[in-house]
Amino acid sequence: MQPFAYSAPTTLEEAVEILDKHGEKARPLAGGTDLLVQIRGGRFDLDTVVDIKKIPELNEISNGNDELVLGAAVPCHKLYDDPSISKSYPGLIDAATLIGSIQIQSRSGFGGNLCNSTPSADGIAPLIVHSAVANIQGKSGSRSVPVEDFCTGPGSNVLGKGEMLVSITMPNKGDKFGAAYERFIPRNEMDIAVAAVGASIMLDSNGKIAEAKIALASVGPTPIFATKASESLKGKEPNEAAFKEAASIAKSECSPIEDMRGTADQRKHLVEVLTERMLIKSLERIGG
Amino acid sequence: MTINFESKKKYNVIGTNPIRHDGYDKVTGRAIYGADVKLPGLIWGEVLRSPYAHARIKSIDTSKAEKMDGVFAVITSKDIPINKNRSGIDVNLKRDVDNILAYEKVLYKGHPVAAVSAADRNTAKEACKLIEVKYEILEPVKNVDEAIAKNAPILLEDIEADHLGKTVNNTNIAKHFRHELGDANNEFKNSDYILEKEFNLQMVHQGYIEPHNATAHWDENDHLSLWSSTQGMFAVRDLTAGFLDLPISKVTSNYVEIGGGFGGKTKVYLPPVAAILSKKSGHKPVKIIMDRISVFQGSGPAPGGKIIVKIGVTNEGKINSGAVDIKLEAGAYPGSAIPAAAVCCLACYNIPNIRVDAYDVLVNKPKSAAYRAPGSPQVSFAVESVIDEICEKMTWDKIDFRIANASKEGTRKPDGVLYHKIGFIETLEAAKNSDHWNSKIDKKDKNKIYGRGIACGYWHNGGNRSTVDLILQDDGNIALNEGSADIGGTRTSISMQVAETLGMPVESIHPSIPDTDKIGFTATTGGSRTTYATGYAGWEAANKLIEEMKKRVSILWEEPEEEIDFADGNFYSKKSDLKMNIEELATKINPTGGPVTSTASVNLSAAGNGFGIGICDLEIDPHTGKTDVIRYTAVQDVGKAIYPQYAEGQIRGGAVQGIGWALNEEYYIEKDGTMANTSFLDYRMPTALDMPNIDVIMVEVANPLHPFGVRGVGEVPIVPPLAAVGNAIKDATGSRIYSTPMKPRKILEVIDNG
Repeated sequence: MQPFAYSAPTTLEEAVEILDKHGEKARPLAGGTDLLVQIRGGRFDLDTVVDIKKIPELNEISNGNDELVLGAAVPCHKLYDDPSISKSYPGLIDAATLIGSIQIQSRSGFGGNLCNSTPSADGIAPLIVHSAVANIQGKSGSRSVPVEDFCTGPGSNVLGKGEMLVSITMPNKGDKFGAAYERFIPRNEMDIAVAAVGASIMLDSNGKIAEAKIALASVGPTPIFATKASESLKGKEPNEAAFKEAASIAKSECSPIEDMRGTADQRKHLVEVLTERMLIKSLERIGG
Repeated sequence: MTINFESKKKYNVIGTNPIRHDGYDKVTGRAIYGADVKLPGLIWGEVLRSPYAHARIKSIDTSKAEKMDGVFAVITSKDIPINKNRSGIDVNLKRDVDNILAYEKVLYKGHPVAAVSAADRNTAKEACKLIEVKYEILEPVKNVDEAIAKNAPILLEDIEADHLGKTVNNTNIAKHFRHELGDANNEFKNSDYILEKEFNLQMVHQGYIEPHNATAHWDENDHLSLWSSTQGMFAVRDLTAGFLDLPISKVTSNYVEIGGGFGGKTKVYLPPVAAILSKKSGHKPVKIIMDRISVFQGSGPAPGGKIIVKIGVTNEGKINSGAVDIKLEAGAYPGSAIPAAAVCCLACYNIPNIRVDAYDVLVNKPKSAAYRAPGSPQVSFAVESVIDEICEKMTWDKIDFRIANASKEGTRKPDGVLYHKIGFIETLEAAKNSDHWNSKIDKKDKNKIYGRGIACGYWHNGGNRSTVDLILQDDGNIALNEGSADIGGTRTSISMQVAETLGMPVESIHPSIPDTDKIGFTATTGGSRTTYATGYAGWEAANKLIEEMKKRVSILWEEPEEEIDFADGNFYSKKSDLKMNIEELATKINPTGGPVTSTASVNLSAAGNGFGIGICDLEIDPHTGKTDVIRYTAVQDVGKAIYPQYAEGQIRGGAVQGIGWALNEEYYIEKDGTMANTSFLDYRMPTALDMPNIDVIMVEVANPLHPFGVRGVGEVPIVPPLAAVGNAIKDATGSRIYSTPMKPRKILEVIDNG
């Protein structure tokens, strides 16, 4: 590890300026639960670590009637400590309570999880099924990108030189909406998903599925928005047959590899099992 | 002299649960561990390790690293004193020294190649990157099958292997030996049912939390002082002195507390490297601490391997023949746990005809080390699975069958050694009568499947050399010095035996573990020998102290020594009503000849064979293969639990490690022979959330070789869980898994195929 500078800007402009100046040689630091380990492991050779926790916008949580705005540096525990967020964004809460450990959850958050952009990220699939959008600030202005389009490969994403994630926004879909996220790990904590599935269901006034979303993790180079499986549910009765069909389609939408955490076949099988389970759980949570 | 060790004496101290002597220091964080050692002028060392599993070192250029600011010294294997005359080195010492710094070849990823000392740790790490090593990459040997294949790459080109007494060159089988009892090959003809199965196991790591570390100061007067996390400070002294060509009296190995070892800290990795760096850095003290990746890649795991078990039974329910072929992965250098594995495999049963063939197999993985009952969990997984399958096939009760075939006093082990008094049958009966065995599995989720397994395990336990010194202080307390590293509360278990003998409270005994210059040789803490052997030395030292105190009492009372009795901490006159306790004597002792001290050393050849049983209930999600142990009971003959809470703690810890080994732990080896999962994130040891409370039933059948009946506790409990879990999986799914770890993918496969 080479010595590096630590900067703690208090404005977005200042942060963007530093990131732009150093390019690849600078990384933003939120909770640091990934970054510090990566620096020590020799993954980055940095000139500067930019602590973004002193920028007000990045610490904001605004839970309005229509949407939730989550600052990029907000740690997980702030979500599950707030009952109103827990009620409207259950998929998010599933992830917030299982990332790392209690200690990790008090530092790490969805912003860092998204920017770290690993295929196994526990935070990204739930954001996708909650229709979240990433709000990005760069030197030449701001832009918003749907979370499902954010990651471009293992550890890479759409952020350009000098760009940083400011917040994540997701709509409050009301009482007819339910969501859930679960990962498969051989143990009961402190592990990385062999495969994981997030799902959400919104019912129309007739009790049919108005909208469904299924997102997969650890089964491809990025978290995957399983669009065909999601579309297959639209307009259907929320029943076992529909869920099973969607689960089967989701299985065909992933492209897992074999590694130390699991085999490709095992992961595909788990996607099918977990998709059905998450759809059932999402449905159970509607109105609950 | 014959001592009747069998009497059921009522004890005052033994069997109680006092606050351990090192408790306050450890819970307050004040205890000094290897990483805490600070010396004036301390600098840091770092080890450069091989990125390849198997390669020839073409050249090492250290010049850039040497020129870096803050760097004091860079060393390679050429700087190790005994390597100056390679032809003169004993072959075992040569293997050991090549493991601490590779000579000409690297044999596993993580094999040390060079080392650097620098002003700070980060500089030392950066300097390692400047060392240029040119390798010729060789094909890696990844497992037993590859090692013994025709035309396999040979790890040790100078090997002279002993295969059943013949010397063999150009082989990866470093040793092959055989045990035979009766005539196993012919006797299978008289078996009514024979079952033969093959089992494969992956390497696993002990997973101690504290990484290996060493601080060394080789001073200008050529005296070397060492501090390192080790189970055996004398082993560190002796091996380091051997590598450095120093007399042992020039090396002082200091005791520091140890944050877990489980057998993995019986090897010596860093102290000699730190020592050479110290000398080359102008006699500055040098500290090295491994990171977790280096611990996984570079320090000894327990061997994986291939085991074939064949057992023959008669229709009457007797095992009449057993044959076991054991091939264990030694890692890069010879010395896997085959000697113990070959005895432990069939040690639970009274079998008239036995053949065991054991092979020590070299593979391009770190040199294996001891891990709790080394060799026994692997072979017991195989044998206890076959026993389970036979019982099911023949519809025999799994405990009754084992009782009918259990080893007892007079049974011969596979190596021909006779058992003295052992408690295996009593342990089986305790399991049979246990609440767990007599209650149904708690099947609380209708979407899950459930199973129960039972399995046994054996470990012979250790004897060897130990020393204890006692000093009666003027205030009536006892200072106790002993040479055993305290891994699991042994300061207290030894002190309790001394306190019991002296009739004093254990709080009056003040134990210390001094350095290797200040106590007689004491063998490494391991093999479950410490409470047994060092405790034995403590008992002897206490008796010697009593004899010496009697002399002093006799002077004070002006009565002949033989007229003085000692009982429960008091001296009595046989002919008058004079009485005095130890505390009172202490205040009057100086005029009688100065301080009273005693010392006792033992070298015990045999120990108290231990047997254990695991009963395991599993809950399995049949759609994901997720497996949870929902109830586990460990039953074990401990001989005598000196300190019951700690004995139970040892049993629980062993059970947890065995369950982890059974379910998810493994060295995941990539195609290039390198270990992929070198972190606690991906080396899946159980967490607290993965374990139920482990129930413990301790059986006490006194070991006749020990004054208090101690057998040794720590190793046995890791043995039964592998097969207990496997047998429970069979019970739940209807199919058996013949390899470890029995992870979710394999469970799904057997459910799909079953």
